[in-house]
Amino acid sequence: MATTSKPSVSSLFPITVILLAVVVAWYGLTVYLNAPGAIERVLDALGPWTWQDLVNATLNMQRPVLPAPHQVAADLWTSLVDWPLDSPRNLLYHVAVTGESTLVGFAMGTALGLVLSICIVHSRTLDRALLPWVVASQSVPVLAIAPIVLVILGSMGFSGVAPKAVIAMYLCFFPVTVAMVQGLRSPQVIETEMMHTYAASRWQALWMLRLPAALPFLFPALRVGIAAGLVGAMVAELPTGAQAGLGARLLTGSYYGQTIQIWSALVMSALLGLTLTGIVATIETLVLGNRRQA
Amino acid sequence: MTQSNSHPTGSSGLMTAGLVLGSLALAFVFLGSSLASNETPKDVLFWSAAAGLSFLAVWGIRRLAAIEGHAAFASLTATVFGLWIVYFWQLLTVALDVPRVLLPAPWLIMQSLWEHVPTLTRDFFQTVVKAVVTGWVLGCSLGFGVALAIDRLPFLQRGLLPIASLTSTIPLVGVAPIAVMWFGFDWQSKAAVVVLMTFFPMLVSTLAGLQASNRLERELMHSYAANYGRTLWSLRLPSAVPFLFSALKVNATLALIGAIVAEFFGSPTSGLGFRISTEATRMNMPLVWAAVVVSAVTGSLVYAILVAWERRIAFWHPSIRGQR
Repeated sequence: MATTSKPSVSSLFPITVILLAVVVAWYGLTVYLNAPGAIERVLDALGPWTWQDLVNATLNMQRPVLPAPHQVAADLWTSLVDWPLDSPRNLLYHVAVTGESTLVGFAMGTALGLVLSICIVHSRTLDRALLPWVVASQSVPVLAIAPIVLVILGSMGFSGVAPKAVIAMYLCFFPVTVAMVQGLRSPQVIETEMMHTYAASRWQALWMLRLPAALPFLFPALRVGIAAGLVGAMVAELPTGAQAGLGARLLTGSYYGQTIQIWSALVMSALLGLTLTGIVATIETLVLGNRRQA
Repeated sequence: MTQSNSHPTGSSGLMTAGLVLGSLALAFVFLGSSLASNETPKDVLFWSAAAGLSFLAVWGIRRLAAIEGHAAFASLTATVFGLWIVYFWQLLTVALDVPRVLLPAPWLIMQSLWEHVPTLTRDFFQTVVKAVVTGWVLGCSLGFGVALAIDRLPFLQRGLLPIASLTSTIPLVGVAPIAVMWFGFDWQSKAAVVVLMTFFPMLVSTLAGLQASNRLERELMHSYAANYGRTLWSLRLPSAVPFLFSALKVNATLALIGAIVAEFFGSPTSGLGFRISTEATRMNMPLVWAAVVVSAVTGSLVYAILVAWERRIAFWHPSIRGQR
């Protein structure tokens, strides 16, 4: 029931204030969390120190407990500018790797969900036998079987994009199926009866009535699905020891204690998530924009 | 896609029941017989028997699905369908000699589950009781508390709500390596990830729920000269209950996912996520599946408990009264 409220112009100012407060709190936390390490490793070696020295040292550590925002921003900037796009030190390269498997999986999962939901709506047997299981899967941590999928596909000789895309696919598939079944059933009796009086075939009724009626149900599911697919693609990069991708970047960062690298990978994955959802939302407004909201 | 529009009179209902039960009984006799055992070669006889069984299965499910009436029939159909899926999974993995790494037979998974009860119990306590429950309770109450606190501050609401809604598109579980660094390998770091993941949905839902009462109702409270606290307690919180429960349910799943995935990043030597990832690298797939079964059963049980709880607390709400 969590409705996504679109930020309007009137809330721009409050949002800015909140974001500023977050940055200020972040800086405060940086000083607080890094102070013990800074005193022990940097300042005590140099002899007597003042408050300015302490703050200065905590904000510019090599391996801080919490990197300061400007350190993360600087790391992002150097990785984007100083390295070519195909270098593993450029974060956009990792974004491309993770984004590719997310999008491939998203497309496959959406297609599969559409086909299955159309079958379910037209078959009472599937509706009664299969749909309850698809709905129940929503309350089960399906992401847990990701390592199994990786092992199965790995032993069948698939590597690279395919296993990651498959995991993203099945994560997208469930919400799309559930929402589309709901959407395809949303036309009222009077509308379906009118299609019947026009002697419209099942396919015509599907194409002209059910599918258009289902679109407002589809897009929220797509937004959920693409976010879930991104998580799936990132998780899929963990156990394989993958060299590329945002998930792998997070893992190598935590192996070597490179906190700044972890944080910039995290910021990048947040940006990727926002961009992917933003694209879906833009398509939604393009498709449904001239429709009155029900 | 033709549907058999049989209206079950007493005899046809009995026939359906007989068909379903009979074919299931036949199926299990067949599974236990020497025909389906490991040693005998899979010849024409075996495959025609399997084909016959699948025909019976489809026929029975179609007849069950065609029954109108009570909702119990729908769940019965789904249960029978699930039973047949597991049955053919068992039959075909044994018959085709599918490697264990690809897909272990359900019986093997159950055996592994039984053998590793102590290990899996420890994993369950580590992941679910310690990390998930702690994180879920903390995250949900924090989200609820913050929402209540900023209920009278529209400025903060306007600033916080869009940001909180956008977090659902961010892979928050990626903070797991940072949580491990800050809170150590044990359950505390997993609980921290769960807190972060459950906080925002609860915040957004509570804020939406507090707005759910309509103007007429609020004006009635006003005409009773009810103060803010009284209106909150008697009108706005009760009308927020369905929103709160939908967030609790979403968060229960999110919390399980968060804890399990956070364990993929690093954990002590127990936990469901740890079991799944390490046993998967050791190719001990029956145990991996057993751990998945435990987490799936946990997820559905928690969901069922929350639904039952919602029905008791919000029994007066139209969305629940309508289901009776």
